[in-house]
Amino acid sequence: MMTLANGSLRVDLKLIAEMVEPGARVLDVGCGEGALLDWLGRHRGVDGRGIELSMEGVSAGVGHGLSVIQGDADTDLKDYPSGAFDYVILSQTLQATHEPRKVLENMLRIGRHAIVSFPNFGHWRVRAHLLFRGTMPVTDTLVHQWYDTPNIHFCTIRDFLDLCREMNVRVEKAIALDRDGRVLPLPRAAGIANLFADQALFVLSRDA
Amino acid sequence: MISDLMSAADTPSPTDPALANDRRVELGLDRPIRLDCGVELASVTVAYSTYGQLNADRSNAILICHALTGDHYVADPHPITGKPGWWADLVGPGRLLDTDRYFLICSNVLGGCMGTTGPADIDPATGRPWGLSFPVITIGDMVEVQARLIDHLGIGQLFCVIGGSMGGMQVLEWAHSHPDRVFAAIPIASAARHSAQNIAFNEVGRQAIMADPDWCDGDYQSHGLRPKRGLAVARMAAHITYLSEPALHQKFGRNLQNRDRFTYGFDADFQVESYLRHQGSTFVDRFDANSYLFITRAMDYFDLAAENGGVLANAFRGTRTRFCVVSFSSDWLFPTPESRAVVHALNAVAANVSFVEIRSDKGHDAFLLDEPEFHATLAGFLDGAAAHRGLPPSTGQRRYGR
Repeated sequence: MMTLANGSLRVDLKLIAEMVEPGARVLDVGCGEGALLDWLGRHRGVDGRGIELSMEGVSAGVGHGLSVIQGDADTDLKDYPSGAFDYVILSQTLQATHEPRKVLENMLRIGRHAIVSFPNFGHWRVRAHLLFRGTMPVTDTLVHQWYDTPNIHFCTIRDFLDLCREMNVRVEKAIALDRDGRVLPLPRAAGIANLFADQALFVLSRDA
Repeated sequence: MISDLMSAADTPSPTDPALANDRRVELGLDRPIRLDCGVELASVTVAYSTYGQLNADRSNAILICHALTGDHYVADPHPITGKPGWWADLVGPGRLLDTDRYFLICSNVLGGCMGTTGPADIDPATGRPWGLSFPVITIGDMVEVQARLIDHLGIGQLFCVIGGSMGGMQVLEWAHSHPDRVFAAIPIASAARHSAQNIAFNEVGRQAIMADPDWCDGDYQSHGLRPKRGLAVARMAAHITYLSEPALHQKFGRNLQNRDRFTYGFDADFQVESYLRHQGSTFVDRFDANSYLFITRAMDYFDLAAENGGVLANAFRGTRTRFCVVSFSSDWLFPTPESRAVVHALNAVAANVSFVEIRSDKGHDAFLLDEPEFHATLAGFLDGAAAHRGLPPSTGQRRYGR
């Protein structure tokens, strides 16, 4: 087995990786080529599984000895039994799902914790882009044009927190990151983070 | 149990270099083999090949399960056609099924016609060929006979069971009925049940055989005949289902066979006709018509969900086997949703499963062909499983393909 990406992880994946307890059972939804699972397997001894849409991603992951199935968050979460995992991870994928709320519900059903990261559509650059240019925002983190973007359900940090409240989901941890990967304070009401955070990362669980 | 088996006098020594190919063994002598239909066979001859060496703790064995018209000549030239083995490109030192690392076993299935007991053999009770009086067999029966062979070889747990198409059905049956004896399972281009469409195609093939007057109600051997025309038509129809429309179009298009205009007759004007006729006529030289009837029937009866209260997941409850399920995008005989159903059932019992649909336009036959992405995925899965099983990593450069 070879090491993926020389052991270095994307900034949000590194934050996620550090949250996972050693030896945990982890499902990474939208795992790409499996960099996070590979890191968790090596450094945390986790029993990891992945779901990935692209044949190339799955093939690379399985080719590195990871357990990955070809599928997606909308269709392939419902089969897992409740409580099958300690952590279900969805990084930078929520906005590309057809039914984000159902996906979150399934994640919280099959995992004790759900870890979700997504790009913040409430960032001031996004707002300014729409306000001043009057076209759909294209930024460093949102690189697609409106007609070819896989992202069909954008939300802001505040939107996401509203949904968590509506779903009676406990927010165990909330982290906001600016474009350089620096951590910003993220209070319950989102506040300034909703304006300055490039992306956000949440650890959620069902109220016991 | 394993130590008992290891002490058996006739089991090969793990380091015996004389493990030759194309072996025969008689099984069931100590304990009759009870078939699903209720019949007991007191003796079954099994023809099998092995490649590589069984290691000292007998943990590196891979069972290869062949498809409907396959046999145990995986890597050796076929004794009748002289063609290379059906997975010859995958088997060898440094190859995907690395004979430097693994001990490979492949046996001709029960009901087959290449050395394992089948309808063309003599029924000891009558002294005449079984023919249609051969018991109707199932995929489960094939696996039971394979399990007896594995017992005979002194192997407790197989490192891996791998196979495509009907071979994949056997893989799933192994994982279901002998979960502790299968460390890793690779069902390729397969399904947990035979679909109505596939039963339909099989029925066309069987009716073609039975419509041939030389079939003689299955008793053609007594008459010194063989239903060649019927079997050839069965093969032609089945062969279409192994390919895909794009594959046929690329290979033949509407090209004419050695002519530049239509003959206005029923000669093989088109290349595709000529090709199919060739497939049919060469097939009858190496395959028995009654074997074709019995083996297709076994596939039709296969339905792992039905055997487990209608819930496929029940077939795999508590499994610790590592699965790698593979399908091909243009396979319309065992389309991807069939593999996906297996994956969903395995997810439902939180099994360790990998699944990939390989993009290919070669249809069902892709599992027999040089598909680099397919082979790379399998190699990675096997390496990962081997590491978990504690087998030493591969040494030297991996070689793929020809």
